Amino acid sequence: MDFKSSDTIPGPRTEDHLPHTAQAAVKIVIVGGFGVGKTTMVGSVSEIRPLTTEETMTQAGIGVDDNYGSESKTATTVAMDFGRISITDQLVLYLFGTPGQERFWFLWNGLFEGALGAVVLIDTRRLEVSFDVMGRLEERGVPFVVAVNSFPDGPRYPIEELRTALDLSPEIPIIECDARRRASSRDVLMTLMRFLHSLAMSGALT
Amino acid sequence: MTPPQRKRRQPDQDHLPPLPSVPPAPEHGGEEGDNKNPERLYVISGSDGARAELDLVTLIVARADPPPSVTPEQTVLLRLCTAPLSVAELSAYLNLPFSAMTALITELITAELVQARAPIVRQALPDRSLLEAVMHGLQKL
Ligand SMILES: Nc1nc2c(ncn2[C@@H]2O[C@H](COP(=O)(O)OP(=O)(O)O)[C@@H](O)[C@H]2O)c(=O)[nH]1
Ligand SMILES: [Mg+2]
Repeated sequence: MDFKSSDTIPGPRTEDHLPHTAQAAVKIVIVGGFGVGKTTMVGSVSEIRPLTTEETMTQAGIGVDDNYGSESKTATTVAMDFGRISITDQLVLYLFGTPGQERFWFLWNGLFEGALGAVVLIDTRRLEVSFDVMGRLEERGVPFVVAVNSFPDGPRYPIEELRTALDLSPEIPIIECDARRRASSRDVLMTLMRFLHSLAMSGALT
Repeated sequence: MTPPQRKRRQPDQDHLPPLPSVPPAPEHGGEEGDNKNPERLYVISGSDGARAELDLVTLIVARADPPPSVTPEQTVLLRLCTAPLSVAELSAYLNLPFSAMTALITELITAELVQARAPIVRQALPDRSLLEAVMHGLQKL
């Protein structure tokens, strides 16, 4: 990027500016295997065109004292798309769709720890691709709901059969959705918020 | 058709923080092939403690016009955040990785050229009114 031509740097459109009163943000993470509809969901509810942020991960562990560059390091770029929803003049919600390579999700410091909660998007044709991430959320105590993105050629299981297969306790919501539709994606987020609220009411949110 | 079967996991009390600030020491004897936790071989490039406080959704607001002393990147950044913008948005617009972005911003915070508005993170003592505000906002979508 040519920083000298600062007038041509892309920035938010005027209508995308947050008000000066915006005091704080919260975030929700949308996880799931490749092609399950994460980017679609972020895009369908976001008030801004979805953006992409990236992080560079360096392979370490070859040696601690390799400041001399004598040992090769492998850098991997991890990209994440995200969108935004203004809640009030003071509060903003950001939605992050995790990148493809699962092993990097939990390295992105604070991504899950600070999040209010997570949506696990599943595709009934490939349920097992979401097993590991659900386990990791459980280990870290990150509350989540499960959204079944309905692809026309996917098998349709009754919700309770899915609950048994996913080994989810009865209070964890499982809902069907169409990530392409704003109202449907909004309902998924509402379901997560209601779940978080019920956890807060029962004092179980840790 | 029967779906595949998962097994639930328990909260891990002594779960290590996901990001060691120092690369983990090489394990003697352990070979790559049977490493059970490959993610621990990676660290965010150039990460250090000072930047860890900036979150993806920390809101950054310029406090002043760019003075001549700042770098061209910082000038662009200061122009971008005349209205509040998250670190993630700045990273996207400037096409810079998150950790490079936080390094730039940290300098600007030190120079008192920007203000950082910390995000509200999930807590042990949950804030019900916050959750209710988010629900109310989503309902209007
Ligand atoms: N039928 C159907 N297709 C969807 C739905 N959500 C996403 N898709 C399609 O699935 C493909 C992958 O979606 P994408 O959001 O890129 O997945 P990601 O890899 O999880 O980000 C795209 O072609 C979408 O149009 C859905 O709810 N129903
Ligand atoms: Mg995607």
